[in-house]
Amino acid sequence: MSNTKKRIDRGSLITLCIILLIFVVTVVLENTINANSLLFTVIRKGAVYSLVAVSMNLLNGFTGLFSLGQAGFMLLGAYTYAILTIPNSVRDTIYYLFQGSSFHFSLLDIFQGALGETFGLIVAVILACICAGIVAAFFAFLIGLPVLRLKSDYLAIATLGFAEILRAIFQWEKLGKVTNGANALRGYPTFSDFNIKNSSGMIVFRLSSFVPLLLAGICIAIIVLLINSSYGRAFKAIRDDEVAAEAMGINLAKHKQLSFCISSFFAGVGGALFAMFASTVQAKTFTSAMTYEILLIVVIGGIGSISGSCLASFLYIACSEWWLRFLDNTMYIGGTQVPLLRNGFRMVVFSVIIMIVVLFFRQGIMGSRELPDLFRRKRIKEGKSDE
Amino acid sequence: MEFLTSQILSGISLGGQYALIAIGYTMVYGILRLINFAHGDVFMVAGLLMVYMSTVMPIYVSIPLMIVLTVLLGFVIERAAYKPLRSAPRMSVMISAIGVSYLLQNLALYATGGQPKTYASIPWISNTIHIFGAPTRVVTVVTPILVIILVVLLTLLINHTKIGIAMRAVSKDFETSQLMGVKINSVISATFVIGTFLAAVGSLLYFTNYPTVVPMSGALPGLKAFVAAVFGGIGSIPGAVIGAFIIGICETLIKGTDFAVFSDAFTFALLIIILVVKPTGIFGEKTTDKV
Amino acid sequence: MSNNVLHVENITMQFGGVVAVNNLSLDIPEGKIVALIGPNGAGKTTAFNCITGVYEPTNGLVEFMDKPIVRNHPSGKMKKIYKGENADKYLGDVVAMTPDKITSLGISRTFQNIRLWNSMTVFENVLIAKHMRANQNVFSATFRGNAKEEKRMREETMALLVEQGLDKYKDEIATSLPYGLQRRLEIARALACDPKLLLLDEPAAGMNPQETEELAAFIKEIRDKYNLTIFLIEHHMNLVMDISDHIYVIDFGKMIADGTPSEVQNNPVVIDAYLGVTE
Repeated sequence: MSNTKKRIDRGSLITLCIILLIFVVTVVLENTINANSLLFTVIRKGAVYSLVAVSMNLLNGFTGLFSLGQAGFMLLGAYTYAILTIPNSVRDTIYYLFQGSSFHFSLLDIFQGALGETFGLIVAVILACICAGIVAAFFAFLIGLPVLRLKSDYLAIATLGFAEILRAIFQWEKLGKVTNGANALRGYPTFSDFNIKNSSGMIVFRLSSFVPLLLAGICIAIIVLLINSSYGRAFKAIRDDEVAAEAMGINLAKHKQLSFCISSFFAGVGGALFAMFASTVQAKTFTSAMTYEILLIVVIGGIGSISGSCLASFLYIACSEWWLRFLDNTMYIGGTQVPLLRNGFRMVVFSVIIMIVVLFFRQGIMGSRELPDLFRRKRIKEGKSDE
Repeated sequence: MEFLTSQILSGISLGGQYALIAIGYTMVYGILRLINFAHGDVFMVAGLLMVYMSTVMPIYVSIPLMIVLTVLLGFVIERAAYKPLRSAPRMSVMISAIGVSYLLQNLALYATGGQPKTYASIPWISNTIHIFGAPTRVVTVVTPILVIILVVLLTLLINHTKIGIAMRAVSKDFETSQLMGVKINSVISATFVIGTFLAAVGSLLYFTNYPTVVPMSGALPGLKAFVAAVFGGIGSIPGAVIGAFIIGICETLIKGTDFAVFSDAFTFALLIIILVVKPTGIFGEKTTDKV
Repeated sequence: MSNNVLHVENITMQFGGVVAVNNLSLDIPEGKIVALIGPNGAGKTTAFNCITGVYEPTNGLVEFMDKPIVRNHPSGKMKKIYKGENADKYLGDVVAMTPDKITSLGISRTFQNIRLWNSMTVFENVLIAKHMRANQNVFSATFRGNAKEEKRMREETMALLVEQGLDKYKDEIATSLPYGLQRRLEIARALACDPKLLLLDEPAAGMNPQETEELAAFIKEIRDKYNLTIFLIEHHMNLVMDISDHIYVIDFGKMIADGTPSEVQNNPVVIDAYLGVTE
């Protein structure tokens, strides 16, 4: 017994060390090499997508509910975050098409006024992120009441439809005083506001890539805790066999609703982080194509694996933003043009890779294993060779 | 009055075009229990094929060739992306469909360079005529008639031919039909061929009315056609057609009001309502899962 | 005031035009082992599903510990096509508890075709059944505020596995166990719900005579150990005759006989149902 326990701890320990190492290396790199390197875009966007992919995995991979509403909940989160934190001083210029905003309340102003620049920023951002999650979860609750009774494929279409409706509502001009219609929201705190500056405005210590990693990391850690709790086990029971789960006293409606709301909460937080990453929020960004992208990340990582989703997010973003960029540029080797390379080719290569994964590597990178399992497996093998 | 007439006319026409797409969804769902997310994109590809071919060859060659190529595409998609997953969980097949949709969109983006392409104007059906004093195009009148003819032909095919009987058998019980010697794969291929054929015809009519083709052109009509299929009771062809007409008319009517922004959202609201009130749709049958 | 744990009254289950269970009434006294037998397709499992809330019966009443858990009458379209009896007897309040609610009241069950959670270990399969009775909420569970309770749940699960002789398989994936052990695990899982009434759906299916004999002893043993009342569906007549205090026989959804094992064995109607009518 005690032996097994030790082994589990060791697997998790190695994983924790790796994560810590990534955090440290990020901070170090950020302050040593060129801050405009694409590496940091990948880290920031990858962190945001990790969170959203994990939140989708909680629903699709762990509860067995096939929902395609992720972009919709991200949209809710992003708008909530932006509207709550845009400083009052710039509000009117952003909403100029609608003669100013009907909303004169900024968490940023309130907390920076009360707690000073730095702490005010941190508290305001965290609170706004939580609000973003709550708004998304609240809408998930409402939509979940009718929709969660449906069978899996209908659920997918209904949630996809819901996301489309949201997108239309947020672009409606009548709501312009709140959502700025089809125009972008900006001016709210972004990741780069977390860089520490000296009195003359020079950046002395960069944290703009560390912060998204940290925020996403905390959220993912909470999801991992949830999945390993009694409720997480109940979710998995529903995924494996609904009828048996219900017969063993698991209230299907309640647990599905719970999983849906929690998943949406973190999608909402992910939306807020996405807003911080992109530094503008516009409803037209959150299309069903975005949901598909996230779904494909989950598939590549392995449905039912948290670490798989994270790994796949970073890989996916790195490929699309960085490593495969060259595919989009016309290239000449020895005076002759390399065929096929031009704008858009990257995405074609990408979708082909995805189809290969979907068709031939259905388990994805991790299957349903987690990172600690990999180390644990090694341990077992070593243990056996010792005997 | 004139305005209303022309609105209703174009609504019926749009509905007919959705109907042609919806039949493909409903037939595939009936047999494979798969939402073929790529179907709308096949419809878009049909549009693009026509754009490219009409520039190099005469219309009367490019139309049949476009239909043949689209049908071929539908066939290849089924063989390459769905057939290998026949024994996999349904979620995997659905994900594969989403992957194909993503691939087609990106291919289209690559081919067009992101530029909207103008659809060739097809003689006769893009002519303007007057009905009850409202100016409209021939295509508006042709669409519903063509839809009815095609649906009647399809119904005859399903009820009276060997392949039609096989289709009905497979949609009732996949495994038993297989055991009874029905060649599942050819039945499924036939379903895809019919579905994509109708989508190709639909694209001819649709893009005559909305003459720009972009890589995302297929996504929304595809989803709406799917909603139409659910609305009518998925698996039922007349249901899909009626659902499509209702959605087409409602959408065009909403476009004429202050709530034009919501013309797309309306379709999905309708979907959620129908799923809550009567998940099996208007013509669907109720089934009880055996425990 | 009756000592019946379960009271089923005039249950009819009609699917479209097919009557699967027809006007079935039965009583299960506390602490007894009662069997429901009948030829294949007689509606036994459907009756179970009506009692456990998986199906909502078209008509009739089910009471557990003198409280109604299911009560329904034909309505809507069913009113016109209803073929059963007593259509007007249960008008008024409809009671349709969901399976999880019924389980929480104290009825738990096993399935004819084993339904274990196939991605999870033996230990987890039993542990999840403890989820229902836990006091935690989602926050305390996530942030480990329920450490004491979680520990207790794990200890109870372990104790149950030891009692059922499954402890050495605890880290195996449930569906990788041999068939007999899977059946036993399903029973252990049902016991983890702390039931008063245990419904066993063909517990001896696929077992050889020796295993069946062991099962008979096992069923009696758990009945005594956990103060259970047991209601089972079974085809192995030896097992049924050996352990049942009372037997109900149904055919084509209708009750055709009931009584003690010896009464049922000698009932000509029962013999006809099983062997075909001799005329």
